[in-house]
Amino acid sequence: MNALLPDRGPDAQTAAILKLAIMAVGGQGGGVLTSWIEALARSQGYACQATSVAGVAQRTGSTVYYVEMTPVSEQQPVFALAPSGGDVDVLIASEMMEVGRSIMRGFVTPDRTTLIGSTHRSLAYSEKAAPGNGMADSDEVRAGAEIAAQRLILADMDRLATEQGSVISSSLFGALAGSGALPFERAAFEDAIRASGKGVEASLRAFNAGFEAATQGAAVPVVTDKAPEPRQIVGPEKQLDAWHNLVARLLELPAEVREIAEAGLAKTVDYQDCIYGAAYLDHLDKIVARDSAAQGWMLSQTAAKYIANAMCYDDIIRVADLKTRAPRMMRIRREMGVRDENVMQLTEYFHPRAEEITGMLPAKMGARLEANPKAMERLTRWFGKGRRLRTDTLRAFAMLHVLGGMKSYRLKTHRHAVELQHLEKWLSASLASLDTDYGLCIELLKNRRLIKGYSDTHTRGLGKFDKLMKSAELLQGREDAAEWMARLREAALQDPEGKALDGAIETIKSFA
Amino acid sequence: MAERSFKAEVEHLRKGDGDTFTGEGILAITKALLENGVGYVGGYQGAPISHLMDVLADAEDLMGELGVRFEANASEAAAAAMLAASVHYPIRGAVTFKGPVGVNVASDAIANLSSSGVTGGALIIVGEDYGEGSSIMQERSHGFAMKSQFWMLDPRPNLPSITKAVKDGFELSEASNTPVMLMVRIRACHVTGSFQTKDNQRPKLTVKDAAANPQSDFKRVVLPPWSYVHEQDKINNRWPDAEKFIVDNKLNEHFGPADAPIGIVLQGGMYNGVIRALQRLGLADAFGNTDIPLYVLNVTYPIVQSEFDAFCEGKDHVMIVEEGQPDHIEQQLGSFLYKAGRSVKLHGKDVLPMAGEYTGQVMLDGVTAFLKQAAPDMLPDHIRAPNMDAPAIPDLSKTVPIRPPGFCTGCPERPIFAAMKLTQEELGKHQITGDIGCHLFGSLPPFEIGGATMGYGLGPASNAAFDGGGERRAISMLGDGGFWHNGLSSSIGNMVFNKSDSVAVIVDNYYSAATGGQDVLSSRADNDTKSTNNPISKALEGVGVKWIRQIDRTYDVGKLREVLHEALTTDYDGPKVIVASSECMLNKQRREKPLRAKAIKDGRRVDVPRFGVDSDVCTGDHACMRLSGCPSLSLKTLDDPLRDDPVAHIDQTCVGCGNCGEVADTAVLCPSFYQADVVHNPSGFEKWRSGLRARIVTALQTRRDAKRLRLSGNVS
Repeated sequence: MNALLPDRGPDAQTAAILKLAIMAVGGQGGGVLTSWIEALARSQGYACQATSVAGVAQRTGSTVYYVEMTPVSEQQPVFALAPSGGDVDVLIASEMMEVGRSIMRGFVTPDRTTLIGSTHRSLAYSEKAAPGNGMADSDEVRAGAEIAAQRLILADMDRLATEQGSVISSSLFGALAGSGALPFERAAFEDAIRASGKGVEASLRAFNAGFEAATQGAAVPVVTDKAPEPRQIVGPEKQLDAWHNLVARLLELPAEVREIAEAGLAKTVDYQDCIYGAAYLDHLDKIVARDSAAQGWMLSQTAAKYIANAMCYDDIIRVADLKTRAPRMMRIRREMGVRDENVMQLTEYFHPRAEEITGMLPAKMGARLEANPKAMERLTRWFGKGRRLRTDTLRAFAMLHVLGGMKSYRLKTHRHAVELQHLEKWLSASLASLDTDYGLCIELLKNRRLIKGYSDTHTRGLGKFDKLMKSAELLQGREDAAEWMARLREAALQDPEGKALDGAIETIKSFA
Repeated sequence: MAERSFKAEVEHLRKGDGDTFTGEGILAITKALLENGVGYVGGYQGAPISHLMDVLADAEDLMGELGVRFEANASEAAAAAMLAASVHYPIRGAVTFKGPVGVNVASDAIANLSSSGVTGGALIIVGEDYGEGSSIMQERSHGFAMKSQFWMLDPRPNLPSITKAVKDGFELSEASNTPVMLMVRIRACHVTGSFQTKDNQRPKLTVKDAAANPQSDFKRVVLPPWSYVHEQDKINNRWPDAEKFIVDNKLNEHFGPADAPIGIVLQGGMYNGVIRALQRLGLADAFGNTDIPLYVLNVTYPIVQSEFDAFCEGKDHVMIVEEGQPDHIEQQLGSFLYKAGRSVKLHGKDVLPMAGEYTGQVMLDGVTAFLKQAAPDMLPDHIRAPNMDAPAIPDLSKTVPIRPPGFCTGCPERPIFAAMKLTQEELGKHQITGDIGCHLFGSLPPFEIGGATMGYGLGPASNAAFDGGGERRAISMLGDGGFWHNGLSSSIGNMVFNKSDSVAVIVDNYYSAATGGQDVLSSRADNDTKSTNNPISKALEGVGVKWIRQIDRTYDVGKLREVLHEALTTDYDGPKVIVASSECMLNKQRREKPLRAKAIKDGRRVDVPRFGVDSDVCTGDHACMRLSGCPSLSLKTLDDPLRDDPVAHIDQTCVGCGNCGEVADTAVLCPSFYQADVVHNPSGFEKWRSGLRARIVTALQTRRDAKRLRLSGNVS
């Protein structure tokens, strides 16, 4: 045993005991993995003990299973009931942040620990709740793991298993076998799976995938989604000519701006048509004209991104169009695993408000109605209720199809007028200080990121956006104005109510 | 049926003389009960002894063969009260529940039982829910033994020791006419191992025989003057009898050298942790052969002074390893030493922390600190003079998010809290209390509903001060488990009697779900041995609740919001109770998945729903997350340079409960959600119709695509 795990530090007394901890998310099959390890150890002439904490603590929370084993002898070994920092030989973590947690808790140490982890993410609530991007950084955990572990095996064990129609416990068990951290032959591992008797074939395939990932290490090509085909504009010949003319205009832009501008152009053309695309480039040209290579064209790059987003606002026409496109139907069938012999029913969850209705009306009429609370109340009564549309039926599909085809009418709507006005106002406000503070202009453009969502969420986003744009006045003339604007935006993205934002604005006010 | 079935394992309970049992601690305890001729068993589920109740329920046939009566008691109080059978009859009885909360509930019955004293062995098996993974307040059950004068066993956490403790417990109980509590810690309950089995024994007297020949003795009733006699009897007879039995039968154990200037006294449950610390210090080997004398208290109450005195003989320093607070044992030992005028230096909570679990590291640090003071020469060099720099491992505490437990995917309780959150957004924040059960997760983000919980079934009772109503009515939560445990009388009865102008929401998920899906009175499943299908609403009517709203599909967020709104605004000023019923998804999936797979295989029409998000419609504002928190509703980063924030995404684990669609609709969030129902084995007509529709749809799409430019491919 000592030969197997050399350099175990000074506590030679427990060198004969192999200690293995599993950090899992409740409901992930950590119990199955533990029972396989136990069965394996006992079948190989080892005394073995496993512990776990069952119960409510496991409901989707992080949980620890712990196994100790040593060859059977005349005397009864004394095993510990829980892992200790600095005293774990093998640590299996079934999710990337659990890898991080195991390191944080000191279970992974460079002198002894083989760390087997799955790189896939199962997001914690706090990561999902932020209106911005609250996802934890897996790379930091990976970097930590490389330092903390004596031996590191990281792979997307979840994908390896699901690809084989199995679950993560199988691929992790395979990786454990492949790691060589336990003194048992591969066949003994596989026997333990067979003995458990449930979904054996799929489990063995996933086991193999995990084994390969562990033995071939980095040599295994990282399995990713099939590279998405590059998105490009397709359509009838005639219109493609117009598109190519627009693409030609792209070539007149500075090289640094071209890539993002192409994406923006494609988006606006897809959203409306080539004339709209041309309007996008007109907006952009104006900004490029005021930008310079000396600044790395940063302003233009930022504008290229956010102008496109602003022009492609989410209205009923867009949603109806997106919902009735052929690739969408195909994608859903693929994701849901619909086979030819199945039938798929599709229900869309809509809840239009009076504002969506007035937005669809001709500009003047929409504005008039919106200014009239009684009319709005009436509209809410008529239209403001949840609608479940079965888009696999012809009636609902046809309705959305017709709505989605109203693009030429879009430019006459109240919503379009509002969005256009907002766009102009935002651009002029953002560029107001261009001569004095280039950085601040970029940050002001970026504030567009806050406008997203529909209905209440959209309104709240607009509210925060207005607050941010207004606070530019407070920052005017400060050297670190741009930095502060970025900070304010990050604060605004932290919580839905804008508490962090209000706090940050108060801080700025206190400077004065 | 409980979440986990032990039907297969229960067969091992039939093992006899000379066989070896290998498995979980919980099962070993059950086997030991049968080997020791138990006559009746009962209890109330709760981690960490839920599985013991499940094992007992699954072993009902076997127990029936042996003439053993099993009750799934209504509460811990009911379980402890059942031990009354051992007062007059020489029948061994055992009940189980979690500690200390279950012991709190049971303490009235236990105190009465302890006063009356027992004839047959009475064993209370307590799963002590303390330390990591615990879901309750951090306290000890030990104090109950001290106040009621019953005895406390805390065996070493391995199967032979735990099963021996069952035997010792019954015998100690009979020898001293006192109930005995067998305490098993959270990890010991689920520890696996082996022990040598013996034949199961039929009880010498069955409960049926006893009931056929009833006995009574007024001297056993807790009434004056006998209650005074009982107290004297505890101190003058039962205690000395217990001490004698403990010493004669060597219930406490000694390890290590007989003569040494130092020693460690420890609770049996701490043994493995102490040995591991000694192993890591090079002072014990893998088999527990130790250089330091250990006095292992498998009986932690009463402490036998003669044994302790003998252990201290010739020692300068003695350490007591006692987990949790207060330090009952240490105080007792200190008192022994002081009164005897001895100079032995007593260590304990000076080198170990007063509060918190004694994990591996805590124990190592504590034992090291003790040895540094008491016998520094014994410590290995690297501890005495560390010369190795600890490797610098990056601090990930800012990176790794916490992951507390929460509602499962598809949980029917999530939409209840979503509706409450929406109601509060409309009517303002309300005074809300929670209760014990999965629904307590509603107090965590994203819902943050419920500010206090006072105990199982006490949600509405915890709001009693606000029963008078006012501008905003108070709301309380109550689960179906808590309702039948205690809530019907303590909470609902209290509301009715006091004409409470508040609102109670009863979360009825068909099971005692948090403890592992055991059946309760209102469960919808048929149960061969228990009476189920007793509706909560009928019980409410029975105790006089007039305003009752039954909701049979909690996923209908709009409906729930309407009903909540009505309850909070109605003119009716009596108690308003909403019963929100939908089956626990964990149990529903477990029940339905195999049936569904079989139905598909058999060629029957099956409709499997799942939800999805259109990533190009989703704007990445995550408003849906803040009304859900469902594990299957996650985020995905798009490969699109124009997008800053990740969008919502529903993964394969979605069970199609409908919550996200309902929430998106009710809260008017966005049109990104869709529900896809895959129909397996559709009828011929369905297939034909679907084909026709597809052809027309494709024709429409092709016609439009011929006239416009569009982006090929699809980001998602």
